[in-house]
Amino acid sequence: MSKKPTFNPDPLRQQKMEDGAVAPAPAAEEPSWHLRLFVAGQSPKSLLAYSNLKKICDQYLSGKYRIELVDLIKEPHLAQAHQIVAVPTLVRQLPEPIKRVIGDLSNRERALVGMDLHVA
Amino acid sequence: MTSRKPLKTSGPAFRKALTGISGFDEITHGGLPAGRPTLICGSAGCGKSLFGAEFLVKGIRDYDEPGVLVSFEETPVDIVQNVASLGYDLTDLIKRKKLAIDHVVIDRQQIDENGEFDLEGLFIRLAYAVDSVGAKRVVLDTIESLFSGFDNQAILRSELRRLFGWLKERGLTTIITAERGDGQLTRQGLEEYVSDCVVLLDHRVSGQVSTRRLRIVKYRGSTHGTNEFPFLIDEDGISVLPITTAAMDYQVSDGRVSSGIEELDDMLDGGYYVGSSILLSGTAGTGKSTVAAHLADATCKAKKRCLYFSFEESPHQIIRNTGTIGLDLGGHVKKGLLEFHSARPTAFGLEMHLVQMHKKIEQFKPDLVVVDPISNLRHNSEDGESSEMLIRLIDFLRSRGITAFLISLTGGGSALETSGEDLSSIVDTWMLLRDVESYGERNRILYILKSRGMPHSNQLREFVISSDGIHLVKAYLGSKGVLTGSARLAQEGREQIEASALIAQEQMQVLRIRQRQRALEAQMEALRAEQLASKEEMDRIESSRSERSDLEAASLNAMGRNRTRSAKSKS
Repeated sequence: MSKKPTFNPDPLRQQKMEDGAVAPAPAAEEPSWHLRLFVAGQSPKSLLAYSNLKKICDQYLSGKYRIELVDLIKEPHLAQAHQIVAVPTLVRQLPEPIKRVIGDLSNRERALVGMDLHVA
Repeated sequence: MTSRKPLKTSGPAFRKALTGISGFDEITHGGLPAGRPTLICGSAGCGKSLFGAEFLVKGIRDYDEPGVLVSFEETPVDIVQNVASLGYDLTDLIKRKKLAIDHVVIDRQQIDENGEFDLEGLFIRLAYAVDSVGAKRVVLDTIESLFSGFDNQAILRSELRRLFGWLKERGLTTIITAERGDGQLTRQGLEEYVSDCVVLLDHRVSGQVSTRRLRIVKYRGSTHGTNEFPFLIDEDGISVLPITTAAMDYQVSDGRVSSGIEELDDMLDGGYYVGSSILLSGTAGTGKSTVAAHLADATCKAKKRCLYFSFEESPHQIIRNTGTIGLDLGGHVKKGLLEFHSARPTAFGLEMHLVQMHKKIEQFKPDLVVVDPISNLRHNSEDGESSEMLIRLIDFLRSRGITAFLISLTGGGSALETSGEDLSSIVDTWMLLRDVESYGERNRILYILKSRGMPHSNQLREFVISSDGIHLVKAYLGSKGVLTGSARLAQEGREQIEASALIAQEQMQVLRIRQRQRALEAQMEALRAEQLASKEEMDRIESSRSERSDLEAASLNAMGRNRTRSAKSKS
């Protein structure tokens, strides 16, 4: 698989890469939503999951979220540490409790339920 | 115990990986298919996980093949503890980077499925673990847990197929465990994906004794034992019977071992052969154990080691009982030459007994093994099975040059000259003890039915147990058969009387002859005197006769002279 750094675990640098996306809140103040997306390289499913997540967050959590992207190909040890089996896996680290959604998040309604994101 | 060299396989491309599990490598002719996945299925508690753990630990320890254990059920702490009870220190292996344990937790409550996914995460974890220790062996225990973790079974199945393909591609010898399903080998039909080797473990209860069994359902490209093989789990892990394959090319010895009974040694032309197997069968209370105790005593006195398996009496009981006939088995125990192992035959199945016996024999390294009685073991097994196993035990002992003394209790109803376990054709020496009822008594008789390769007595001997041990008394043969007990004593008494009468008669005869001799001598004396007297008389006659003739001659001379003188005067 390609090692081309399409995804970067450092969320701050994602701003440059994602054109048109609203920049997440600056790192200085901790956003209330901390999401971790575990992917494996740039598989279509991973790309799709990221863009779907991005859309949801931008729409409902604008300015209140941070997406941490973890490429397990580059950091395989994190798979065990975070108990990842399926890819892609979205982990809602914050707010508590931890929630997990697996899949490419193509079903937006279900993704909202899975993330426990209550839309007003 | 097991041969470590890899056995011949069907082709050069087909390699096998020894599991190190005793007995298993024998029935598979070399272990599991190397670099391929094997499915181990069975119901709960049949030992699947342990099989996997032992495969990894022995792989590391004996064949220097590091391993990875991916556990879907047990936590690493649990696994380490469970395996520690078998004497394996997993933490040390992990520390030495020989073993990696990855516990995969799938919490259904936390996970929501949404759209397409794959199990690349699992692949990455597995690859990471494999690379971290350079693993050659992998155990996935129990991968079926995935099925309860994910809704999308179609994805799961295709991912599992991919996983097994991936394992094969990487040349990892893998064990995949799975639960037994209804009507099929595994609940999720995993046998469909793992086509190389499928092993079925089973746990059955028969006659209130549970037996574990193992069967190789399928082993592509290899011959294998197709039977169900009993196996058991004890403090040393899994042992599959047969532990050793029965071979007939053992060495034999010309040496003799004393039976501890002088008369019996005579009957056997010097005792049993070293390393031979001896069967002693007889009905209850005929003194079988006592004969065994004598042999044990004699063996220990000769500074040899004896292992005594007792399935009826406790060691203390045996020591006390044999003490009353003058054998000090307790002293031999103290010296470490004799070891007793008592167990209730019903405590566990025959397989377990045999494996335990194997182990004790391996540990103690005896010169003699006594099994008292072997017939009790068969109650716990199905017919036919027991004899096969006992034959294996005998073969095992023979191959080690260990003398085996087996006691078989013949039931009251069954024919005497049968050994319940059909061992008679296998054993080298077969002796029989039986009761003879006569004159209101019950007496014991011992005889040798067969004894290979030695001249042996064809006599029935009466068998007497006294305070100084066993004696075999020469039996008297009367018109009604062998005389034993008081009949024999009566016969002995009769013979004694007859003998003393004979002696008296002889003495009388001697006396008479002496008298006659004395009379003859007296007669001879008288005759000699008579002869002397007659000789003297004869002499006397002789001398008087010569005197007379002298006188006559003298008178003639005188007459002559007279005549001459007268003539002169005339002229």
